[in-house]
Amino acid sequence: MKLYGRRSMAGGCLAILAGLVALAAPAHAQNYPTRSITMIVPFAAGGPTDVIARIVTGHMAQTLGQAIIIENVVGAGGTTATTRASKAANDGYTLITGHMGTHAASVPLYPKLAYHPEKDFEPVGLLAGTPILILARKDLAPKDLKEFITYVKANETKVNAAHAGVGSVSNVSCELLNSVLGVKPVGVPFNGTGPAMNALVAGQVDYMCDQIVNAVPQINGGTIKAYAIATAERNPSLPDVPTTTEAGLPAFQAQAWNAIFAPKGTPAPIIAKLNEAIVKALDDENVKKRLLELGSVIPGPKDRTPEALAALVKSEIAKWTPVLKPAG
Amino acid sequence: MGDVFSNLSLGFGVVFQLVQWTPAFLGGVSIPIPVNILLCLIGALVGTLVGVLPGIGTIATVAMLLPITFGLPPVGALIMLAGIYYGAQYGGSTTSILVNIPGEAGSVVTALDGFQMAKKGRAGPALAIAAIGSFFAGCVATVLIAVLGAPLTKLALAFGPAEYFSLMVLGLIFAVVLAKGSVLKAIAMIVFGLLLSMVGSDIETGASRMAFNIPELADGLGFATVAMGLFGFAEIIRNLDAGGETDRQLVQQKVTGLMPTKKDLLDSTPAILRGTVLGSILGILPGGGAVIASFAAYTLEKKVSKHPEKFGHGVIEGVAAPESANNAAAQTSFIPLLTLGIPPNAVMALMVGAMTIHGIVPGPQVMQKQPELVWGMIASMWVGNLMLLIINLPLVGIWVRLLRVPYRLMFPSIVVFCAIGIYSVNNAPTDVVLAGVFGLVGYWLIKHDFEPAPLLLGMVLGPLMEENLRRALLISRGDWSVFLTRPLSAVLMAIAAGLLVLAVLPSLRKKRDQVFVESEN
Repeated sequence: MKLYGRRSMAGGCLAILAGLVALAAPAHAQNYPTRSITMIVPFAAGGPTDVIARIVTGHMAQTLGQAIIIENVVGAGGTTATTRASKAANDGYTLITGHMGTHAASVPLYPKLAYHPEKDFEPVGLLAGTPILILARKDLAPKDLKEFITYVKANETKVNAAHAGVGSVSNVSCELLNSVLGVKPVGVPFNGTGPAMNALVAGQVDYMCDQIVNAVPQINGGTIKAYAIATAERNPSLPDVPTTTEAGLPAFQAQAWNAIFAPKGTPAPIIAKLNEAIVKALDDENVKKRLLELGSVIPGPKDRTPEALAALVKSEIAKWTPVLKPAG
Repeated sequence: MGDVFSNLSLGFGVVFQLVQWTPAFLGGVSIPIPVNILLCLIGALVGTLVGVLPGIGTIATVAMLLPITFGLPPVGALIMLAGIYYGAQYGGSTTSILVNIPGEAGSVVTALDGFQMAKKGRAGPALAIAAIGSFFAGCVATVLIAVLGAPLTKLALAFGPAEYFSLMVLGLIFAVVLAKGSVLKAIAMIVFGLLLSMVGSDIETGASRMAFNIPELADGLGFATVAMGLFGFAEIIRNLDAGGETDRQLVQQKVTGLMPTKKDLLDSTPAILRGTVLGSILGILPGGGAVIASFAAYTLEKKVSKHPEKFGHGVIEGVAAPESANNAAAQTSFIPLLTLGIPPNAVMALMVGAMTIHGIVPGPQVMQKQPELVWGMIASMWVGNLMLLIINLPLVGIWVRLLRVPYRLMFPSIVVFCAIGIYSVNNAPTDVVLAGVFGLVGYWLIKHDFEPAPLLLGMVLGPLMEENLRRALLISRGDWSVFLTRPLSAVLMAIAAGLLVLAVLPSLRKKRDQVFVESEN
């Protein structure tokens, strides 16, 4: 069996390897993508993040000429999936749609987090923002936000705030509201937005903070009421709900956001190509219309770059860390 | 009443809607296609299929198939998803009866008597009565949704954390009655189940409990994982024992009659009726009501039966009641979604997702704003149930024939299907390993006459019980009297106490002994 010497064997292997590298490298950057892309969504199919990811990636797939397959991986507030994405091959074929929780609030919430949003990911682009509302049961005494603030401060030991589970958007945004108001009401945890909303509609709890998507039909149906929206501008789907600035609580600004990230070390040309596809999707009339229907805020041109997303992640981690550290 | 009829006719109009299909190759000739009926049929078929595949539960299936429906019109998509949901309820009983593997919480009790019937060669009647009971329950529940949907919503809202806790306490009492062997062992199993349910994140603080730094355990043990292990794998190990082999051959040889006899039907009728009523009521409660429907129905049957000692040894009522109850509950659990726009369980949450994708976010006005969607779905449930009956009755013969497959060929395929099913729930290999571990635990338990059903009930009810206890106490600021001062909660507690007294009081000891006859094997 001594057909080849050890040296020639090693040499042959090297030559093949070199050939493969030579073949693969240019194909990598220039022709990307040559096969379908996996998009990890760290939440259940049909949830707010999933819906936004599907709307935008549906259009991105057309631009890139390859299918984008969504893989819903749930668990531990989205951190299971994000850990998996952080360890995926950085060839641009595995991406993740992260959100405020997985790529900012998780840092103070989970001390043993297996990834760091800034160190283990390359930001690709922001998809959409989801405004947060201050909601209350329909028969809660205060008529507007001013009265609500006085009421909560006066009844700090009596009021109950519902949230959709530790680490959920409703939980962290309510913590922010409480820290802005300087109160510590009892937080009643539920398993998801549905049960929390059910408790609010049934009047079992007093107030909660939640994303606009699920709240709009309930507000319009008169089963709950909204005091304010925590964004700079009013939302077209709830034109009568004032902003927190208008209603006298400018310090409470919160918006859930969804953005695409790639594992650290993904080549810059690939990131650029993906970002271009996101921008193109956000400019599409149909995509715009569907995102607006959900109550989402579409990022403006200067907020769409990878650099802008990197800055957002940095500022969000800085924003949530002091709020959630003492609580978590 | 007039409203209901006009609404239902609107619904049936939607279901039987014909879409003109004009393919180019026919040169302009258009063919009318009943798209929604076809989607309903596909949903029912897929649901039956995944219900039959051990391991793949309803939630996993709906989650996996949800993306496919995004390309369909919203009404069609929801009709199909609903079909998968109740189709799986039909299919789920099949594995429970044939191979003692409950695919989901609702079919755990079906396995108790269903599998014993199969062992006696009566798999056919068990499967048939499960399908007939489900059909009847489905029809009644559909009418209930149409006629009383809106007023029943109040019940869903009247249930707060305190009421749920009391309901779960009642559920645990059911678990004791469920046992056919020693009461002490049943209680030990319930407590073990409760303990297993504590694995995962603390609901209030998010702190990790008993997860041993294994990330896959951060969200707790999955029902499918534990059920597959304790029932499926443990049963296989036991069958591969020298003693088990002859047992298996017995099953294969004795197959008699595919359809229920007249006596079977007579025995089952009251069980189906009671199961339907109980299931319909419990199904309305969001967050856990449907889970205990089948347990409650089984307990009720055992309590009212003239021969309670036969339960657990293959009586047809033990299959008819829980199967009717879980199907009725599956249907009425749509009520909170259709009237309030709030999803009462994980499957419904996925359906809300499907609606959201189509730009419809359901709310309290969904009935007024989307009457075609709501009534189309309600009407489709009736059509779907009829289809399921037609699909399932002829299938009984095929399933029973499957039992004749030599066990050496059968068990590897069961193991493979279970492993695929468990893996597909979370795409986590750890879950498959855990199921294997629970298989060994389950084998030990069988060998020592511990029954896995109370354990599973403890595990299913555990989180609901703990979460609602803590919510109730958070809201009451630690005042335990809420469980007795809130009327609904007090009634439930009283029933639970009554059942307990019945089991404990020495003067009633004799009666109790009839209920809990010592296990024989």
